[in-house]
Amino acid sequence: MKIVVLVKHVPDPDATWSFAPDLTLDRAAVEGRLSELDEYAVEQAVRLVEGGLDAEVTCLTVGPPAAADGLRKALAMGADAAVHVVDDAIHGSDALSTSLVLAAALERTGFDLVLTGMGSTDAEMSVMPAMVADRLGVPQATFAGELAVVDGTVTIKRETETAVEHVSADLPAVVSVTDRTGESRYPAFRAIMLAKKKPVATWSLADLSVDAERVGLAASATRVVGTETAPPRPAGVLVTDDGTGASQLAEFLAARGLL
Amino acid sequence: MPEVLVLVERTPGGVRKASLELLTAARRLGDPSAVLFGPPDPELVAALGAYGATRVYAVAGEEPEQFLAVPKAEALVALAGRVQPVAILVSSGQEGKDVAARVAVRLDSGILTDAVDVALAGQTVRATQPVFSGTRLVTSEVVRGTPVVALRPSAVEAVPAAVDPVVEPVEMEFSESARGARVTDRTPKGSTSGRPELTDAEVVVAGGRGVGSSEGFAVVEQLADALGAAVGATRAVTDLAWVDHDLQIGQTGRTVAPSLYVAAGVSGSIQHRAGMQSSKTVVAVNTDPNAAIFSVADFGVVGDLHQVLPALTQEILARRG
Ligand SMILES: Cc1cc2nc3c(=O)[nH]c(=O)nc-3n(C[C@H](O)[C@H](O)[C@H](O)COP(=O)(O)OP(=O)(O)OC[C@H]3O[C@@H](n4cnc5c(N)ncnc54)[C@H](O)[C@@H]3O)c2cc1C
Ligand SMILES: Nc1ncnc2c1ncn2[C@@H]1O[C@H](COP(=O)(O)O)[C@@H](O)[C@H]1O
Repeated sequence: MKIVVLVKHVPDPDATWSFAPDLTLDRAAVEGRLSELDEYAVEQAVRLVEGGLDAEVTCLTVGPPAAADGLRKALAMGADAAVHVVDDAIHGSDALSTSLVLAAALERTGFDLVLTGMGSTDAEMSVMPAMVADRLGVPQATFAGELAVVDGTVTIKRETETAVEHVSADLPAVVSVTDRTGESRYPAFRAIMLAKKKPVATWSLADLSVDAERVGLAASATRVVGTETAPPRPAGVLVTDDGTGASQLAEFLAARGLL
Repeated sequence: MPEVLVLVERTPGGVRKASLELLTAARRLGDPSAVLFGPPDPELVAALGAYGATRVYAVAGEEPEQFLAVPKAEALVALAGRVQPVAILVSSGQEGKDVAARVAVRLDSGILTDAVDVALAGQTVRATQPVFSGTRLVTSEVVRGTPVVALRPSAVEAVPAAVDPVVEPVEMEFSESARGARVTDRTPKGSTSGRPELTDAEVVVAGGRGVGSSEGFAVVEQLADALGAAVGATRAVTDLAWVDHDLQIGQTGRTVAPSLYVAAGVSGSIQHRAGMQSSKTVVAVNTDPNAAIFSVADFGVVGDLHQVLPALTQEILARRG
């Protein structure tokens, strides 16, 4: 069977981000990396295969040329092949447009199981799995903390705000995984070298028959009307505990009416 | 006034506080219509009416309970087609986002998630979202379709505005594809500790790796109980299984915005701050004067939490007599 993992190349979360003049995130100004939350999805795909599932693992990204680095990392972690959808027209796409491109690419790769991260560490919308599933007309089982694939069915355990749930869906399906599924591996040097020989296909919108009018900043269903710097927290008081730290803290809380 | 559809999330005993916040925010845009799945118990309808729901659409059928997201999305899409709402509001959490994402695709409508504010500017719906680790705020408007907005819990305060809701039963014919992801088992989370629910708590006491051990967490719990607070933790702590995963606060855990957040032995990583930096007052105890948590703290104590927390608990108990 065919597992496709959706991976995103994101700006390093520890770097200082800024806006480009068109009010999109200035990706060129910041070092990028494979989203850490997508590494969990790659890890789960590789573990399914190591666990005996007869599957080929392809990782798929939609992103600028630099996103190829993210694919290399996923390949080094154990994916078999990669697909990079890159097209100048995609810049500034909203979630609706990105999901359109991802769904078109998935129709071309073919898939039984699509694995994704629980959210991208830049957009953090956590909507892509459900959007892609809707466009493909398949079920989604999101925020999996555990997953298993048996006889053409994927089962997951998830924890929501209000309950612990077990969910099962017949394949094909889209499953997003959380950072509770198990630590992702560091590729060994040998794996990194081997990954350089693995196939990476590069597709344009034309290759996917996606109309360029439907993607990019101009096609976005939302528009940024303003940005502002969040009001900074006023500098706090810092005291060193000399035995009176707790009572000073209590005094502060009482003064704010919090006790 | 035009309607605003609000996706209501139920708890074993009622509805989530986040749903009441949505009704409050919806009143700024139009007449709030609560979309309720399962039986419209009178107490539930009254609770929704107390926060301004002029209408309650009571969607019948077992499917929304038995299958993830899609039946609810289909019901919202059907209602949206019928009433042409100004906006569809959901809470910015797992269920809200899963449903909202499908609704946005089907209505080909703009979606804004993680909103901390929503308002009407003329005829357009605008929402404000924090970005870049909360250092910047972006205001966006939806320029196509029916705006779908996912509002963060605790971002807007739930304010009562009592009305007597009209309850309208809705019969849905769910599609075959709505039955794709079946919930085979569901265990509702009840509070086993007797402490307030983390997302809704007015006060949160969070412990980090600096607490040192699972047993060490007792000092965090005792302070929480003295303050009537919920207990929270960092991912480092939940990964070590010192406390349950459900208590994790941050990017991949809960987002909280209490009146008071006490961080003990928490370094203040970007990912942790993402889940707590909207707290009104933050205090921190850490042995490292350079810990990042102090940069968001209104009051910081450089010291050993195993000294400071028990002393603070004593002090609070003494003051309260
Ligand atoms: C994709 C991703 C998502 C993540 N999501 C989350 C998330 O949702 N939530 C989250 O919390 N983390 C998350 N993390 C992890 C995060 O990066 C940090 O590793 C984590 O928050 C650190 O937890 P900590 O502060 O408890 O531990 P540490 O960073 O180890 O800090 C411990 C602190 O305790 C102090 N200390 C030690 N002893 C004492 C003492 N006796 N008294 C007082 N202070 C003491 C130390 O000075 C130190 O500052 C995520 C990471 C990634 C990559
Ligand atoms: N441009 C992209 N290319 C590939 N996968 C993506 C892309 N954007 C989002 N995803 C996937 O969708 C998940 C959720 O993303 P988001 O909805 O942006 O939070 C991510 O963890 C990825 O697995």
